[in-house]
Amino acid sequence: MQKQFGGPALVLDRSDINTDEIIPAKYLTEVTKDALKPYLLEDLKLDGFDPKGETLARARVVVARENFGCGSSREHAPWVFEVNGIHTIIAQSYARIFRQNMFNCGMLAIELPGDAIDSLLEQGRQGELSIAVDLEKQEVVASNAAGEQRYGFTISSFDKALVEAGGWVEFADARY
Amino acid sequence: MGKTLAEKIFDAHLRDEPFPGTRVLNIDRVLCHEITTPVAIADLEWRGKDRVFDRTKIKAVIDHVTPAKDSKTATQAKILRDWARRHDIPDFFDVGRNGVCHAIFPEKGFIRPGFTVIMGDSHTCTHGAFGAFAAGVGTTDLEVGILKGVCAFREPATIRVNLEGTLARGVYAKDVILHVISRLGVNGATDRVIEFRGSVVDAMSMEGRMTLCNMAIEAGGTSGVCMPDQVTVDYLWPFISSEYPDKESALADFSQWQSDADADYAQVLDIDVSTLEPQVTYGYKPDCVKPVGEMAGTVVDQIYIGTCTNGRIEDLRQAAEVLRGRVIADSVRAIVSPATPKIFNDALAEGLIQVFMDAGFCVTNPTCGACLGMSNGVLAEGEVCASTSNRNFNGRMGKGGMVHLMSPSTAAATAVTGVITDARTL
Ligand code: SF4
Repeated sequence: MQKQFGGPALVLDRSDINTDEIIPAKYLTEVTKDALKPYLLEDLKLDGFDPKGETLARARVVVARENFGCGSSREHAPWVFEVNGIHTIIAQSYARIFRQNMFNCGMLAIELPGDAIDSLLEQGRQGELSIAVDLEKQEVVASNAAGEQRYGFTISSFDKALVEAGGWVEFADARY
Repeated sequence: MGKTLAEKIFDAHLRDEPFPGTRVLNIDRVLCHEITTPVAIADLEWRGKDRVFDRTKIKAVIDHVTPAKDSKTATQAKILRDWARRHDIPDFFDVGRNGVCHAIFPEKGFIRPGFTVIMGDSHTCTHGAFGAFAAGVGTTDLEVGILKGVCAFREPATIRVNLEGTLARGVYAKDVILHVISRLGVNGATDRVIEFRGSVVDAMSMEGRMTLCNMAIEAGGTSGVCMPDQVTVDYLWPFISSEYPDKESALADFSQWQSDADADYAQVLDIDVSTLEPQVTYGYKPDCVKPVGEMAGTVVDQIYIGTCTNGRIEDLRQAAEVLRGRVIADSVRAIVSPATPKIFNDALAEGLIQVFMDAGFCVTNPTCGACLGMSNGVLAEGEVCASTSNRNFNGRMGKGGMVHLMSPSTAAATAVTGVITDARTL
């Protein structure tokens, strides 16, 4: 089943946010996804960011810069977003395994060019940012008090099929 | 136009191309450990699909936290153990016979040139040292691998790194790969295979090649890869001697898994290693690398020698060579974890364990342990570790801890003085 995408956004103005920052290894002893929930981004190094803050609690979308999700292969990273209701990440680029894990879970890892990320981060700094995703039009609509911006993105047929199927297990099981 | 090794392996394993550019490959080895596999097992059970595609192609080990340190890790181990028994998986390695995954699986002869290998572990790229395509994957890919024996990839372009010249005394594969990562950057090889070529690689043992390929992921690479040659044949001979009449025919067969001379590369990096110094990382990214001289004098609290990067017998020999007749500084504690029982045994037979113990090292059983801050040497807030592992992320070995990556030789010298030290100056 397809997940829900879009909602209030949290902007993280950094590159190379790694999987140890998203979910530290000491929590990998959990065998359920739900148990990961309180630890999202606990070790993120970023001035002004509070992992226990309101913005993260309300967020349904995360925006960041390059090489998001680098490091370990742990799918706990997408899962900890998922159990916190965040099904959409928007970044300039991703580490391969993290990106694949997102789509394998039926979630969206959207890539936008650097200037689009710049203006999303700027919009986020100005005040509350909300993001809607139109998968058919392949468009991100970002709005805050100051107005609305639209950004086109591309998604491969395979990634789209995974999102529609609800993930890779469903897709592969039906086909192989 | 010729083909790269990765392209040849993709062609030979193609199962399906559901969409242009998406290649679903048949997988020869699905490797499992107790951190990322239990969730896949639980999900398969929940779906009513608790099956394995081929029990002889699945290999499993308990390695990250072993023996279990608490109820949660005991449960993870139990889930993997029960599953391996339930499916009668012949190659499952439990306490006493277990070792770090990327050391024990090659050591058992499970990896061959031309293979496709996946594991729920980012350092799976290590196995490319045998001329295989070996990629770390997440739990969902692992789950489908276990169930169906397939995995989807975008065909990766290849970066060719030509390593020429002669390594100076005291400079090792670890120094080479740290330097390569500093040149490529932490995402310089994303969605790419890194092919290690040149006379320096030709002269390297399989251990050294595994150290190179192990850290391909630290530049974002999907797999590291070396061309199979006589060294590969010699390493694998105990496992393949029944399959080939002699080593020459094994070599002839392996030679199909070579990149063509006119293959197309996304990037070519030429590096003369002759002037390379031992390398050490600073900061929290593996591409933050400096010559040891510039880091000399940095105070450390702990020294850690082991892991899938540098816990093999050659690494222990390098460290012991520095440590023989010396003791560690009063200000530090030092830990060595031979990566497998065989390595432990060989080190014992060669007298290396005695050298470590005489120097004041704590010798642990084979395990990942401290490498990812889970057991056997976790750092306290504000502490600094000189480590032979592969990742220096913030908090990697314990919240608020700092990790400097280096070779076993540099780590041993650092243990002796208590500050980062070039072993050649001792
Ligand atoms: S030794 Fe470290 S890097 Fe290697 S598999 Fe274990 S935890 Fe991962």
